[in-house]
Amino acid sequence: MTTLPAQTDKKLGLVIDLDICVGCHACVVNCKEWNTGGYGAPLSDQNPYGADPVGSWLNRIHTFEVEATGGSGCSGSEAQILSNGKDARVVHFPKSCLHCDDAPCVTVCPTGASYKRSEDGIVLVNEDWCIGCGLCAWSCPYGAREMDAAEGVMKKCTLCVDRIYNENIPEEDREPACVRTCPANARHFGDFSDPNSDVSVMVAERGGMDLMPEQGTKPVNKYLPPRPKNRPVQSAAQSPSDNLAALAEPEAKGFLGWLDSALEKMG
Amino acid sequence: MHPASSIIIFTTLSGMGFGLIAMLGLGAAPDDGTAGFVACALAFVLTGIGLASSTFHLGHPERAWRALTQWRSSWLSREGVLAVVTLGLFAIYAAFWVFAADRVALFGILLTLLSLVTVYATAMIYGSLKTVPRWQTGLTPLCYLLFAGAGGALLATAISALLGGVPQSTLLAALVLMVLAWAAKFLWWNRADRTTLASIGSSPETATGLGGIGKVRLLEAPHSSPNYLMKEMVYRVGRKHVQKLRLLAVVLGGAIPVLALLVAVVSAGGAALLVVAVLSHLIGMMAERWLFFAEAEHAVSLYYGHR
Repeated sequence: MTTLPAQTDKKLGLVIDLDICVGCHACVVNCKEWNTGGYGAPLSDQNPYGADPVGSWLNRIHTFEVEATGGSGCSGSEAQILSNGKDARVVHFPKSCLHCDDAPCVTVCPTGASYKRSEDGIVLVNEDWCIGCGLCAWSCPYGAREMDAAEGVMKKCTLCVDRIYNENIPEEDREPACVRTCPANARHFGDFSDPNSDVSVMVAERGGMDLMPEQGTKPVNKYLPPRPKNRPVQSAAQSPSDNLAALAEPEAKGFLGWLDSALEKMG
Repeated sequence: MHPASSIIIFTTLSGMGFGLIAMLGLGAAPDDGTAGFVACALAFVLTGIGLASSTFHLGHPERAWRALTQWRSSWLSREGVLAVVTLGLFAIYAAFWVFAADRVALFGILLTLLSLVTVYATAMIYGSLKTVPRWQTGLTPLCYLLFAGAGGALLATAISALLGGVPQSTLLAALVLMVLAWAAKFLWWNRADRTTLASIGSSPETATGLGGIGKVRLLEAPHSSPNYLMKEMVYRVGRKHVQKLRLLAVVLGGAIPVLALLVAVVSAGGAALLVVAVLSHLIGMMAERWLFFAEAEHAVSLYYGHR
């Protein structure tokens, strides 16, 4: 059924912390690894060692540069000064399916292959029914769906539905592969219908946001904005040693040290 | 958006085919069995090739029947159901016409309505997508309907001219629909040129949620070579030829058919010229449909640093 459930018992999804993500792509690779052997058809690659490699991935990391329009909030430890003299900040931006409450990809599906589960809100594709028409990918503003060229069916993030309920793996592994593998702890998994869950608290405290709210998709996944930071470039200039290169030189000891100071005195 | 040739052929041929059924349902083309055979066969060939073509781009064409199940929510499914129902009923209408030279008028009007609703559903597959702002307008189904009507009426005129004579009403219908269709298309183009992702409030800033900090620019793409999303939805090839293609579409799709129809009005003949006009119109429509897809900006392009 491609009509959306009026409401779901749980709202499982991810919180992605843009302040923490370092853009290492570990979540991308572990997602590909798990999902190529798990739910549904493998995630194929075409011409992987050739000149134009292409393949299906369910999680991608874009890297954006944000040029400050105001004077504050931008310059951070990653702060750069652009050639035009403005502050810029680099933000690594992981993007996977947002498991929207009003998922347009579900309602446009002509076959019923695309569906949103009423028990936990996960948006899935039944690969035995999918005809590979691609209309769901057209309807998604986030680019969350990719056609698998080998299998001819649409692939998307399953929120690792074959991990989170899997009693054959250790309990600490029962979360999406991307969350489990993130070395910086920038991704969190939980139930947004529970206001006291870790993810709900994080969203409330850090001002978690929706992507493209104007598209009316009501995404479940939330993004935490980068924290405003002070300006390390200025504070470094005020420190006692503003010549950092001198600190890196080896300190001469013993005979060489005496020679050094003696020569220094001779002027 | 990627202008897949299978979808261009599908929308242009099935549009003209259902337009022809709509005209035949209203009584166009001579009543004898031979004319019935030619007209109905043409309608079946056009819609048949169109619908078959639409399955060519599927990953699993053998499962295409499943697309008839989700008519409650999906315009693509509705289009499929309506096409099958319309063609099924049209087969009965055609049998009466060809074998008994009997055209049941009320049945014909029902077929006219059904084929127009089918074309409407085709247009709404695209017109309902919020991710492509220039498609999401009532003008999209209006253009599809008028072009289907104009193409169908032009074809009915050519068939009548070849197999007897063209009644003035068919000629006039073709002429009026052709002019109205292109008038609607000019309105559509005028709106489309003003309608961008920015005009519905979407930008790299809203796409990333980082607008609070400042202006967002893609620094590094997630992958080193174009992926499915970029090939399908960030298609930009040939946009520089837009003006030339628009001119080609208008001349071949509109001007030449209108001239041929005017000659037919004056000379009460010119069957060969009308056949040329049908082919010219079809090529013009394919250019128009190519532009419909190739010019369209999709929201996902905001993540890739270009429209």
